[in-house]
Amino acid sequence: MSLLRTARAVASVSRQAAARSVAAPVGVTGARAYHANVIDHYDNPRNVGSMDKKDVNVGTGLVGAPACGDVMKLQIRVDPETGTITESVFKTFGCGSAIASSSLATEWIKGKGLAEAGSIKNRDIAKELRLPPVKLHCSMLAEDAIRAAIKDVKSKQAASVETVKVAAA
Amino acid sequence: MLPHLTAQYGNPHSRTHAYGWESEAAVEVARAQVAALIGADAKEIVFTSGATEANNMAVKGVAAFYASKKRHVVTTQTEHKCVLDSCRQLEARGVDVTYLPVAKDGLVSVDAVADALRPDTALVSVMAVNNEIGVVQPLAELGALCRARSVFFHTDGAQALGKIPLDVGALNIDLMSLSAHKIYGPKGVGALYVRRRPRVRLEPLIHGGGQERGLRSGTLPPALAVGFGAACAVAARDMGADEAWIGRLAARLLDGLTSQIEQVFINGSTSDRYAGNLNVSFAGIEGESLLMALKDVAVSSGSACTSASLEPSYVLRALGVDEELAHTSIRFGLGRFTTEAEVDYAVELAVKHVKRLRDMSPLWEMMQEGVDIKSIQWSQEH
Repeated sequence: MSLLRTARAVASVSRQAAARSVAAPVGVTGARAYHANVIDHYDNPRNVGSMDKKDVNVGTGLVGAPACGDVMKLQIRVDPETGTITESVFKTFGCGSAIASSSLATEWIKGKGLAEAGSIKNRDIAKELRLPPVKLHCSMLAEDAIRAAIKDVKSKQAASVETVKVAAA
Repeated sequence: MLPHLTAQYGNPHSRTHAYGWESEAAVEVARAQVAALIGADAKEIVFTSGATEANNMAVKGVAAFYASKKRHVVTTQTEHKCVLDSCRQLEARGVDVTYLPVAKDGLVSVDAVADALRPDTALVSVMAVNNEIGVVQPLAELGALCRARSVFFHTDGAQALGKIPLDVGALNIDLMSLSAHKIYGPKGVGALYVRRRPRVRLEPLIHGGGQERGLRSGTLPPALAVGFGAACAVAARDMGADEAWIGRLAARLLDGLTSQIEQVFINGSTSDRYAGNLNVSFAGIEGESLLMALKDVAVSSGSACTSASLEPSYVLRALGVDEELAHTSIRFGLGRFTTEAEVDYAVELAVKHVKRLRDMSPLWEMMQEGVDIKSIQWSQEH
């Protein structure tokens, strides 16, 4: 008799445990669970693509290293008149958090001026995606990618202005 | 197992009453079942809490017992962490350890082992089947070599037991670590095979009441031991059928992947391997991002992102796998209960997401454009 009660108790505990685990965030491992925001960007990444890096108004930031398991390419198209970012695309070789960080970055910088885009901090990205400590470097890389793209387009646009000046002289 | 978790609660070491006798009898039956699967005598099986403990016992125990005359151990760079870490502990105590490299196919050279042996070598430890890449080491040659040179040969058989035929006599194995949960037994139990003729001595890790011939004190868990024994008996019976089934599934998996996507590489020897462990790299994409897509499928990755230390798999590194590929590996495990439908599902999911992730990958883009990834100056070197 007591065996039956024990068996029933065991079954109900495991049902409760199953219900609890479904409610918790889906994770690769228990300790490092992905937040829904990360999964969203992974399943539906925004702005995946490539722009012509030779275009003078396109800035390309390529950061990271394959040896580290993280490479982000973030590109921006800047309107030369207004100095705002009209378009932004990315491609990333990296884990879900890296993909989400770069995807989010492209979302945030669209429509912004270069100065404002360059001021985006990795901790804002990390906060939005609820990145755990072990994944913070992904958000850092995204911040680096934005700045690298801005630097690239700035130097290209300055060089083309120089070329025009020289040609006019 | 259930009777031993409920009505048959006797302590198997209690010699004075019937409860003890019935538990002891069950444990001894299990012991014989484990021994039979590896061609050993039941008296040579010491139950432990698992293969990790068995590996610790073998490495530390043998080195400690013969410490006055022998100060050297030989092993490989692709062993399981519990062997490597135990060796590191030995080094801290003044024992020399030679960590032999492996070839690109993951196999250790028998000649290299022979060259590494010294007059004061106490033990050679080489795992039978590698847990990450599935390669099978040349046990027969290594066993013969060690026997000829009078060095004890230990092999971590956790991934080999019940999957490939093992005969400790024919293979000249002196110590072997075994795990129950790798062959559908319960977790929390394993064993160390310790040869009696010629006798292998070792210092126990755990002292106490002298159970298991003094080599491993502590009350045995009858439920777990019985589960382990039963798993061994089933494996002995089903090994042939399992091999055929798993071989078919592995071919189906590999064909499914390679026929639909390019740049898929198998890590480890394609000839000396256990079919149920398939480790592949998909060029251009990162392992953890693919794992997220395969979350319904129990696979794992040698990618840095999935290890707490952000270091890529040391096994893949030992194979000399290119840095770009080291982060892209996925290990697929196939077993007795895997179905064709499950393999097809895994293939479908993998193909779909590899394609998707490649579309998102700057490295894949560069490869398609003919750029040599190795020639690029990356902004962040490792």
